[in-house]
Amino acid sequence: MSVEGVTPRQNLLDYIRGVGLTGAKEGCAEGECGACTVVLVKQNGEGSEYRAVNSCLMLLAMAAGQEIYTVESLANCPAGAEAELHPVQQALVDHGGSQCGYCTPGFVMSLFAEYYRPGREGHCLIEAMGGNLCRCTGYRPIRDASLSLGRAPDDIFRQRLSQPAPPLTECTYADDEARFSRPASLAACQDEMRAYPTARFIAGGTDLVVEANLRGTRLPPLISLEAVPELQAWAETGDFVDIGAGLTLNEVAARWVDAPLAFREWLTLFASPPIRNRATLGGNLATASPIGDAAPLLLGLDAQLRLVGPAGQRVVSLAGFFAGYRKTILQPGEIIVSIRIPKPLPDFVRFYKVAKRKLDDISTVAACLALSLDSGGRVTKARFAYGGVAATPLRTYEAEQAVEGRRWSTSAARRAQEEISRALRPISDYRGSAEYRLALARSLVEKFAWETLEQAA
Amino acid sequence: MIAHESARGHVSGFALYTDDLAARFPGTLHAWPVVAPSAHGIVLSLDFDAALAEPGVSTILTADDVPGEGNCGVSRRDEPLFPSEFRYHQQPLVWVLGETLDAARRGAARVGVVSESRPAVLTIEQAIARESFFGPPISLRRGNAASALACSPHRIGGEIAMGGQEHFYLETQNALAWIDETGGIRAHSSTQHPSETQEIIARVLGLPRHMVGVECLRMGGAFGGKESQASLWAAVAALGAWKTKRPVRVRLSRALDMALTGKRHPFFARFEAGFDDDGHILALRAALYSDGGWSLDLSEPVMGRALFHLDNCYFLPALEATGLICRTNKTSQTAFRGFGGPQGMLVIEDILDRIARSLSLPTDQVRERNFYTEGQTTHYGQTVKDAGRISTIWRTLKSCSRFVERRAAIDQYNANSAHTKRGLAITPVKFGISFTATWYNQGGAFVLVYRDGSVQVNHGGTEMGQGLYTKIRQIAAVHLGVTANKIRVMPARTDKVPNTSASAASASTDLNGAAVADACSQILERLRPVAAKLLGCSPEDVRFADSTVFSGAAGNPVIPFSQLTEVAYRARVPLFAQGYYCTPEIHYDPQTGQGKPFHYFAYGAAVAEMEVDGFTGQYSYRRIDILQDVGDSIAPLIDRGQIEGGILQGAGWLTLEELLWDENGRLVTGGASTYKVPSWSEIPEVFEVNFLERATEPSVILGSKAVGEPPLMLGISVREALRDAIAAFGGGGVVAVDSPLTPERVFWAVERARAGPVSPVEQPLGAARA
Repeated sequence: MSVEGVTPRQNLLDYIRGVGLTGAKEGCAEGECGACTVVLVKQNGEGSEYRAVNSCLMLLAMAAGQEIYTVESLANCPAGAEAELHPVQQALVDHGGSQCGYCTPGFVMSLFAEYYRPGREGHCLIEAMGGNLCRCTGYRPIRDASLSLGRAPDDIFRQRLSQPAPPLTECTYADDEARFSRPASLAACQDEMRAYPTARFIAGGTDLVVEANLRGTRLPPLISLEAVPELQAWAETGDFVDIGAGLTLNEVAARWVDAPLAFREWLTLFASPPIRNRATLGGNLATASPIGDAAPLLLGLDAQLRLVGPAGQRVVSLAGFFAGYRKTILQPGEIIVSIRIPKPLPDFVRFYKVAKRKLDDISTVAACLALSLDSGGRVTKARFAYGGVAATPLRTYEAEQAVEGRRWSTSAARRAQEEISRALRPISDYRGSAEYRLALARSLVEKFAWETLEQAA
Repeated sequence: MIAHESARGHVSGFALYTDDLAARFPGTLHAWPVVAPSAHGIVLSLDFDAALAEPGVSTILTADDVPGEGNCGVSRRDEPLFPSEFRYHQQPLVWVLGETLDAARRGAARVGVVSESRPAVLTIEQAIARESFFGPPISLRRGNAASALACSPHRIGGEIAMGGQEHFYLETQNALAWIDETGGIRAHSSTQHPSETQEIIARVLGLPRHMVGVECLRMGGAFGGKESQASLWAAVAALGAWKTKRPVRVRLSRALDMALTGKRHPFFARFEAGFDDDGHILALRAALYSDGGWSLDLSEPVMGRALFHLDNCYFLPALEATGLICRTNKTSQTAFRGFGGPQGMLVIEDILDRIARSLSLPTDQVRERNFYTEGQTTHYGQTVKDAGRISTIWRTLKSCSRFVERRAAIDQYNANSAHTKRGLAITPVKFGISFTATWYNQGGAFVLVYRDGSVQVNHGGTEMGQGLYTKIRQIAAVHLGVTANKIRVMPARTDKVPNTSASAASASTDLNGAAVADACSQILERLRPVAAKLLGCSPEDVRFADSTVFSGAAGNPVIPFSQLTEVAYRARVPLFAQGYYCTPEIHYDPQTGQGKPFHYFAYGAAVAEMEVDGFTGQYSYRRIDILQDVGDSIAPLIDRGQIEGGILQGAGWLTLEELLWDENGRLVTGGASTYKVPSWSEIPEVFEVNFLERATEPSVILGSKAVGEPPLMLGISVREALRDAIAAFGGGGVVAVDSPLTPERVFWAVERARAGPVSPVEQPLGAARA
């Protein structure tokens, strides 16, 4: 379909509802509830795969040239009373998976994407619906519906996946009050930034579009990084893992097959599947939120960033990247190209996230605690990195130094805790009091010690 | 099993909600409010020039536009639509209408508001200190609590503060209004109470109610939040339509909805309980304070229900209970599933746990010892009908959940685990069914049978996901003897069934279902003689089933229902009827605090097992078992859904859902990213739900019982299991904690438990406030 007379500011959800596809709903306008979920077709090897995304967090312009499925497209002859429902729809009906029904189209679309997940064996995973909230059912019937779904038949939806997904191409849309461009190279991004100095780079948009939706603010000219090949690269050598900053979190997970346990722990705690299908690692770092979850993990893994800007390329340590609350050392026009994680990885590394709700919540405190030990059990390298305890994510160097060179033990952990008490001055807010945050920062070291010492023993 | 009547529409995206209709009304204007800058103040001036100059802004609705009365209060006239004195942060002052929502929003941002702040009351503590209350205390009493306390072998005193709860219906408040072809005003509204929405629109426009038609297609959740608080938005839309002659749509964003609409009442309770060595309660004195917010709304009946449910399932021989509603500068707190019942019950459940732990007795034993028995009456003088079911449910649930074995296994686990502890708790629920305002206990229906045998059922109830329409269709099918697919249940409309009650108090099926049955029976009585003639039998031998009509004896001729209706039409028999029902024998005297306010009680119990991480205070759900008395279930899939969803919503209220306001009265957990409702992490791996068997309720439609609200209070078992786990970190003693039990509260409670027991009477106020 082609779209005309629409401002580039408009989001995909408002657009599809405006043209009568009202199955997708707005429940929160910030990607928390999933009632707006639609499915994108994206490349997967030679063929393609379905990915659930929040249509409230996609600008319509981001969908240019893309293939999108809404809930209306699933049932055969859907308007008729005798419509043949899609198997995921029928499963939800049979198990009593809808009550008020308002969230249901979103659940259907998340489950639809999971149903056709390439390589899926066994039943559908309920984790696929981790980005969908239901206020009525208590989830049990939705879980049972998901568990009842076996192998997908060889239907038109499955056949579709043997074909490639439409490529992301260069595009520009502008009207009197908004501009969206999607250049296809790093150089073109720089040109665009020179031409529109007030512009902002945008990747998945899962942070920036929330701001526009909630505050009603007009976004500056946007330069999408989604079609830049350099940002989509992936490289792994004996010395490092180099992760393209524009890869979505789920793409990173798919490529990093031997990632450490801490990464897997981190991934499932990071927002929700539809967000992880859009959000990028580079974006999460560039927004510089003190409670973004990528930074603590990557600080714990000693990550470096490759930056490209008008002045050329440079490599910086993530530990020196954050300059203050929501501030980084990025120069105007500078882009994070990749995140490089040096090898060998630490001997012990864990990621902890404490939030009111275990899944899909924002951290009260997040921590990545990492240790390497020599053969005598002495700490050769320690990284105690935190989010939620200061204006930026940070490493607690004092605590690290307190244990380095010592035998890893409960008493070493206690020394680190004492340094943490001295070093950190967290604030109180609605996610937790300053006292709780400090207590958690200390307590997580104890938990880490308890787990690692037990593991070592 | 019978699926939800709209299930196919839900999953295919074709089930329509009010705001899905916007595109069907060309030329619709969109509304956005100009909101109060602080929690209390006086509007000195409003400057509209810049706003009206904004492209796409159509007009601004102000008090000058109101032809009738600009007040939306439901209990008192205390909710001005265009206030000159604002009483809570972000209270709408005027409304901007625009060609697009964006234009209206930009216009609203450009209205210049000059105001003067006034002192605000933002907490229950402040309200108590300043005696800022709505009216005198409401009290209920039995016997002489003071002397019974004095004679009790043991006494404990304490306090508990419990937070409110945001409804977080997935569909935010919205309405769409237009002037119809006859010059009347019509509105689609997401409302639990179309008749009251009609009343408010008529009031604002100065019209008789016959000029106003309100329809509710279905709601994307409501939970009480659209009982009294859906009408204002419809009134704004109607006023806009009246002024501009164009359709007007009002739809609150999630942020506006959370900032502007009332919530479950936060409560604070102070109590003193007397008990014997075995944990029998001998006397209770309790003072309840609710945070009513800026206007009265439904706060009086909510407090009333809290006081009625202070006993839960327990016989309280001597009681003195008072309730005061605090007037604060916050949203006007309102109905929410349970309607005060949960707050009242939490007080007594909290006390029972404290009593048990102060006596070092198992908490389940102390609860059981205090149960009502057959023949006993409540503190308001109502006999506890079927009180024996409490013990039956208790015993059955303990046995099928293997409570005793698991208790032992958990104690064993806890003894060997320093950093994680498990807790197990069983709690009961007794919930009174009926509106406590007796006159609301009536239902209406209008059933139309067409000549082809198809049936249209209209009734006074609204569908919010609770499955009312599914049950209504079953009731009509049973009472007309036709198959369910011949029956179409219509959205609630005030021009089909007038003067309806809100779909609330769990009673919609009882009331409207009985009214539908009444209408169906009238129609069948008229059809019976016609059928008898066709079948050649006597009228009393005619049977109606599965859309066929036949005489009693086997092998006799059968005629299709559709043939009978055509014949009846030609014989000039009316094929439609109005049905009516009012609940018998209920009465209550607020002066004496005595009566029979409830038609019956719904019972249930739940066992919850939780695990707490002592390092962080985080916890996980291991297992939940429920046994609920639903009478004879009309639709088991629906009832199970209400039970499961109810307990999780109740658990959410008591654990992770936290409403926090800052010192300026701004709701800081006012969005989906800051206010967390239960998600996939809150569903236990084992989740068993069973209905009490042989539980027919003869005085209710099809022997069923209400199921909407009662299961919410089963969520108390989750909180009590957490307290049990917290206790396991220490060496015994009372676990005094406020609600909600967020991970942070659990963390500090664990720290206190580890520090050693605190004497229950000396429990310091500050410590419990962590």
